[in-house]
Amino acid sequence: MMDSSVKIINEWDIVAARQLGRNVAKELGFGTVDQARITTAISELARNIYLYAGQGEITIEKIENEAKKGIIIISRDAGPGISDLRKVMEDGFSTSGGLGAGLPGVKRLMDEFSIESDPRKGTLIQSVKWLR
Amino acid sequence: MRKTIYQYVYSHNDEILNEWIELIRKEADERAIQTMSDRMFVKTCAEFVELVISNFSESVEAFHDRAIEFSEKIVRLGWPLTMMTDGLRLFGQIVEEGMKKEGNIDHNSYVDFASEINNWIFPMYKTITQAYTTSWERTVSLQKIALQELTAPFIPIFDKISVMPLIGTIDTERAKQIMENLLEGVVSHRAEVVLIDITGVPVVDTMVAHHIIQAAEAVRLVGAKCTIVGIRPEIAQTIVNLGINLEDVTTTSTLKKGVEQALTLTSRKIVEVQE
Repeated sequence: MMDSSVKIINEWDIVAARQLGRNVAKELGFGTVDQARITTAISELARNIYLYAGQGEITIEKIENEAKKGIIIISRDAGPGISDLRKVMEDGFSTSGGLGAGLPGVKRLMDEFSIESDPRKGTLIQSVKWLR
Repeated sequence: MRKTIYQYVYSHNDEILNEWIELIRKEADERAIQTMSDRMFVKTCAEFVELVISNFSESVEAFHDRAIEFSEKIVRLGWPLTMMTDGLRLFGQIVEEGMKKEGNIDHNSYVDFASEINNWIFPMYKTITQAYTTSWERTVSLQKIALQELTAPFIPIFDKISVMPLIGTIDTERAKQIMENLLEGVVSHRAEVVLIDITGVPVVDTMVAHHIIQAAEAVRLVGAKCTIVGIRPEIAQTIVNLGINLEDVTTTSTLKKGVEQALTLTSRKIVEVQE
């Protein structure tokens, strides 16, 4: 397995994470629309790390089960955490004056989405897109 | 002791160079070697060894200038910094082994030799690393300026109609500049319609969309209309998936359609001339 993690420290690392995601998605055989969805989802998650946690890591891996193959994006940070998980998944909710479409948007762009957050430990988001 | 080292190095110039090239070839990053011809590689190696030797005979300032010149060349060639630091280490090693063989150093004089060679090599590390990073920083800052010049050109194409093509990733810094250029351009060119072309923007996420919406809103405030053109099908789908509301912004798929629409908005059209 090649190096599949990108540390997010500054804004340009978001581009690096996106590039990695695009390459993996291409290798797996995702079409252009899904590639755009995956890179956009990575962009959102990486930007959240940059904006709210300061630093963290995006990991992108190929996964497969008996029936299908796919790509998983894992976003991990040790930031301040999210106090109200239900609220951030609502459209239009933003603490930074943005559009508030980031996390609910990622959920819609991908097939599976899970989020864990602890104010002391940070946030872990895992999201999967299956190849159809 | 310093004199002995100098004499050894000076009289064994060619041997040291050959051994050094062989060792560096083995240890060095393959990428650095692959990118250049064999002759060039040997020539650059010779220059490096010459530089190191010149450290004996020349003044501190002269060496400094030489190191800067050489570092700039190395940066241009794309050699990594480790190549130069490894190079220095190997050089010290070769000299030590060679002098041991010749009987120039024994148990008693070794301490003397070690401190002398450290005194010789450490300042060189510093100078070379500094020169290398300086020329690298210069390259990066020049590229940054070059990139900034490409950031957001405002191009008037017809009376009252202007285009701003955006290419590449939009970050916070660029978004700010786009906004500034856009408003300044609209006012100074008296544009009534501005077409922002996003064909070359690889990813439109919520932040990029947010900036575009804000830019369109600001253009409206200064009394012009803003149309986003060049929305590729896959970008359209991700925007819908993200749930971004672009209802208040006019959009078209291509720049051509945008221009036609802009002409209509300013009550003009293009007609073919009858021969």
